[in-house]
Amino acid sequence: MAAIQSAEQEHPVPAFGWAARDQSGVLSPFNFSRRATGETDVKFKVLYCGICHSDLHMIKNEWGTSTYPLVPGHEIVGQVTEVGSQVTRFNPGDRVGVGCIVASCRSCDNCINDLENYCPKYTLTYSGLSSDGTITYGGYSDVMVCDEHFVLRIPDALPLHSAAPLLCAGITVYSPLRYYGLDRPGMKVGVVGLGGLGHVAVKFAKAMGAKVTVISTSPAKKEEAIRNLGADSFLISRDQDEMKAAMGSFDGIIDTVSADHPLVPLIGLLKTNGKLVLVGAPPKPLELPAFSLLMGRKMVGGSGIGGMKETQEMLDFAAKHGVAAEVEVVPVEYVNEAMERLERADVKYRFVIDVGNTLLNNA
Amino acid sequence: MAKKSPDEVHPVKAFGWAASDPSGHLSPFSFSRRATGEEDVRFKVLYCGICHSDLHCIKNEWGFSTYPLLPGHEIAGEVTEVGSKVTKVKPGDKVGVGCLVGACHSCDNCTADLENHCPQVIQTYNSIDVDGTMTYGGYSDHMVARERYIVRFPENMPLDAGAPLLCAGITVYSPMKYYGLSEPGMHIAVVGLGGLGHVAVKFAKAFGARVTVVSTSPKKEEEALKRLGADSFLVSTNMDQLKKEQFTLDGIIDTVSAVHPLLPLLGLLKANGKLILVGAPEKPLELPAFSVIMGRKTVAGSNIGGMKETQEMIDFAAKHNITADIEIIKADYLNTAMERLAKGDVRYRFVIDIANSVADIYRETTQRK
Repeated sequence: MAAIQSAEQEHPVPAFGWAARDQSGVLSPFNFSRRATGETDVKFKVLYCGICHSDLHMIKNEWGTSTYPLVPGHEIVGQVTEVGSQVTRFNPGDRVGVGCIVASCRSCDNCINDLENYCPKYTLTYSGLSSDGTITYGGYSDVMVCDEHFVLRIPDALPLHSAAPLLCAGITVYSPLRYYGLDRPGMKVGVVGLGGLGHVAVKFAKAMGAKVTVISTSPAKKEEAIRNLGADSFLISRDQDEMKAAMGSFDGIIDTVSADHPLVPLIGLLKTNGKLVLVGAPPKPLELPAFSLLMGRKMVGGSGIGGMKETQEMLDFAAKHGVAAEVEVVPVEYVNEAMERLERADVKYRFVIDVGNTLLNNA
Repeated sequence: MAKKSPDEVHPVKAFGWAASDPSGHLSPFSFSRRATGEEDVRFKVLYCGICHSDLHCIKNEWGFSTYPLLPGHEIAGEVTEVGSKVTKVKPGDKVGVGCLVGACHSCDNCTADLENHCPQVIQTYNSIDVDGTMTYGGYSDHMVARERYIVRFPENMPLDAGAPLLCAGITVYSPMKYYGLSEPGMHIAVVGLGGLGHVAVKFAKAFGARVTVVSTSPKKEEEALKRLGADSFLVSTNMDQLKKEQFTLDGIIDTVSAVHPLLPLLGLLKANGKLILVGAPEKPLELPAFSVIMGRKTVAGSNIGGMKETQEMIDFAAKHNITADIEIIKADYLNTAMERLAKGDVRYRFVIDIANSVADIYRETTQRK
């Protein structure tokens, strides 16, 4: 087929990965190619790649922006094999990672302020349009080539497989805890949803000194939240009495839920000047009664990953405070089943593909 | 036990205009006010602004009105008597009362000068006061209020055009300060050009902002640019226009009290931009999550301000010659004014000339004898 052939031929370096061919989202082996290592590029052998819920949305074209064949993966870690002549920060052998973006305009106000993630012209790690007109392919693959600016250093104290999810899930919750000022010791912070994002949010918020409450629809997650993740308390969002007793007590809430859900009960939990931060992206618009924000001068804000500087800062903070994701490492052949389990939220709390050991081109 | 009639509840006779049912029709009303307590300030009302909230309340549109309902929370006048512990003002001083007349004074909100967010806040009208009686607002001949809730009018501020600042003014001033939208050089939009909107334009210009007015009425453009000094004007239903202005604004003060789409407004904001809701549509608005996630934007609310900030706002307004644009009416025009207000037919606040309206009534009633 013409399209697949050109994927193998459009760049000089052969690459191998697993891709979805269409909206069924079924992933299978895929031969393609990567560009040669440019002057500012870092080339690395991929060792692990986290499976983010966004990968699931994208392979099924749920957001309507997918291009096929689609190689997902934006929680990519590995070991440097080659660096371009102008690269100063990395050397072969270094432990590195790449997250959700691989390029930006580098000149707009956002880029200048280390907010490449808000650049209107950024390039996503996969299913994005590169400046050379080719489609980007992500980390469910054997090799990555990326501009130095968008490569992160993985601190030695973090194991690669549990560091990988921090590159998306980690920065997604770390950034708003800082930006919205919910990182002060003693603050009462809620985390809604205990999945890939939620469990890391609990860990970061605790490391920042907050009193953390997990807010969830599942009573079954209570023990897990308190014993394993260190949450201080647990609130069942369907329990009217519990919710009522907690009204007006939170400085902030990080809402990781990506399904449609009511905001009003969460806004009611906030103190005066309280902040509800959306990091999950429900597909339908949420209902927002103006009164709920006027009373108590509250706000609903959003946040999407973070810039490169802050992502590195997040990794360094995680290493210092022993924050890493709880993962289930799987061979690449398991990826379709992993996607099905992810759809049912049956994972504690992130699948990570053991690319280094199991992604073998047997063609 | 027979319920006391409003004019028997308190020792001092008072007179005003009240609605007796959700038709919202206002008519002359005899009632009474408490004697001047130690911490109280008593003043003759000279002017009272008509706030859109008054209209919502007389018609019970928010569902919590109690009748008879005597509105008015943009009240300006002259002190006639002060209690023994009052130090802030003396007889003859020009003062005002806004939306609040009481709070608990001990919760975190009150301690932070945010009486407006106190769970036990007492509003100027349609609220239960600490003595269990109903509060009646400023469409009346005189007011009594605790010193803490009295705002001093600076010498150079006219009472008639200054009165609306006590609600409209603080409602837009407070969020501009709190949400960091009062720095010189910022680009701010004001949505809706009514009582709140026109005052927001004036404050934003005084803060040194570049101001864009966003409105559904193209007819308001000349007004906005020439009279109010806005820098530019966008028609909110003109999607092409809005698209061209994407990512240009630091903040938006949204004064619109009808349900309206937020998505096009959020698109106008730069990264980290803030959309502040100060109008209160009855039905919920729609918020697509991605519209705040992309660009780390915020939708926030604000509701008047505390007493400390209200005084600060009045002093700032006096310094920068900011007053409301008003149409002065007598009380006999009240019901017509309410009809016109419902249609947005006023530039931009009706203000009741209370002193002369009351004088008319007294003249009428004494002549009848």
